Amino acid sequence: MTNANLDNLYRQVLIDYAKNPHNYQKPLPADAVQVEKYNPSCGDIIQIKAQVVADTIEDISFDGNGCAISMAAASMLTDLLRGETLAGAKELLEKFSAMLVTDEEADPALGELALMQGVRKFPTRMKCATLASHATLAVINQVEEEQ
Amino acid sequence: MKTVRSDFEILKKTINNQPLTYLDTAATSQKPNQVLAAIQNYYLKDNANVHRGVYTLSEQATQAYEDARTKVGHFLNAPSARNIVFTRSTTESLNWLAQSFGPGQVEAGDEILLTYLEHHSNIVPWQVLAQKTGAKLKYVGLTEDGQVDLVDFADQLTTKTKIVSFAHVSNVLGTLAPVKKMVAMAHEVGARVIVDGAQAVAHLPVDVQDLDVDFYAFSGHKVYGPTGIGVLYGRTELLEAMEPAQYGGEMIEKVGLESSTFQPAPWKFEAGTPNIAGAIGLGAALDYMQELGLAQVSDYETDLMEETVTKLLAIPGLTLYGPQNGHDRYGVAAFNLAGVHPHDVATILDQEGVEVRAGHHCAQPLMAYLGLPATVRVSLGVYNNSADIDRLCAGLHQVREYFAND
Repeated sequence: MTNANLDNLYRQVLIDYAKNPHNYQKPLPADAVQVEKYNPSCGDIIQIKAQVVADTIEDISFDGNGCAISMAAASMLTDLLRGETLAGAKELLEKFSAMLVTDEEADPALGELALMQGVRKFPTRMKCATLASHATLAVINQVEEEQ
Repeated sequence: MKTVRSDFEILKKTINNQPLTYLDTAATSQKPNQVLAAIQNYYLKDNANVHRGVYTLSEQATQAYEDARTKVGHFLNAPSARNIVFTRSTTESLNWLAQSFGPGQVEAGDEILLTYLEHHSNIVPWQVLAQKTGAKLKYVGLTEDGQVDLVDFADQLTTKTKIVSFAHVSNVLGTLAPVKKMVAMAHEVGARVIVDGAQAVAHLPVDVQDLDVDFYAFSGHKVYGPTGIGVLYGRTELLEAMEPAQYGGEMIEKVGLESSTFQPAPWKFEAGTPNIAGAIGLGAALDYMQELGLAQVSDYETDLMEETVTKLLAIPGLTLYGPQNGHDRYGVAAFNLAGVHPHDVATILDQEGVEVRAGHHCAQPLMAYLGLPATVRVSLGVYNNSADIDRLCAGLHQVREYFAND
């Protein structure tokens, strides 16, 4: 059995990240800001932790439990945002959200996150793809409020 | 049950270009033509408001609505149709009990006893009652294979226990509570017993007098009836003593400026225009079940569940929760595939037209008790067959291919 939509969603890279995610449960200094997001309809839970120095995300990690889509998205997103400024990170998050709702090619700035385009054909899984990005945006907002 | 599939039009539908394989009856059942016809027939021929017109059409509508109550009474073997209150759902039945029966039944220091198997709708209303009254909420543990632990139940029952409320059949593990034993033990200490029958009534005969329960709740839509209609059975003296949860038209007897008197039970609980079509549709669904024969339905589903469990357990890496056999399960099997999240399983199955539930199944305390974030759940109805189970298993093999360890 082959299914183009499924093949597009569950690409090998995505499965690999889901099984061996980057930045997962990586300890950060005590002053790192942490936000937890929970999807009550399915029970997925993701915590994003970021250490921001001045205006830059020095380090970022995540913890939690969820499906392949949410775990892989968190893995790729945290890879992408390490070293970004807060403004740059926000811009990337916006590009990521925009990518999921259009049919156009993903912005090259999103790098591997472009793999998440496969979720476009699965509206019920959109929340899985965006759980980590929502948590990250909340982290950035919290840091900005504190600054 | 070979012939029943043709009664369910929706089963002819395709999903993602595959035949619909509906394995989520525990969430809601599909509806047979007989139920849809009864609802349409009511609107075509008998529609009028009930209990208020002196004209013929209203009398016909009232008769049809009250006939449905009688059918529910017979279905549960209640002493009388007057023991049957129509509600919106199991959830509403349980909420009304917590709001109207609960406050007169428990006070500070008393105990409300539930089990770890409960659906959120049989937990949260009691939490709120406990918070308001200062009563204590307690949970009975489970045995290794997911049955109510009767030793723990006996330990936790005390003279302070005033309400015991539990599911007849678990919506996650499919296990059947030993209702008669539990009722006898609870009555021994003077507690009242409420049984959530949402997952039971579609799968086995229920006799509320034999079970000796004080209250029994179920939903129409899980027993092949429409959504928006539910049932609360109660003992006569308890319903008579219980305050209505809502006030308004229909439930009153005489209304003055300062105070009013109410109809007797069950009508005093049914404020406003009720879900007349829903009740009639439910009556038709229960007729349908009785024509199939509850014992026959139960036997057929037990055989299919045995087959389901055997085939599931043959899949490498599959962990089945609860009893490891089919005959101790009523309609429900929850499982996980090693290394694959239930949502991913459900998405891949959906592409094959196989519709299953993935998540916590509105039973977060049970999931926490079992140490599981989520599971896949398949549930059976009278229309399911071996071909459905084969499509499920083929889909699960496909899931394993996508998530193969290389």
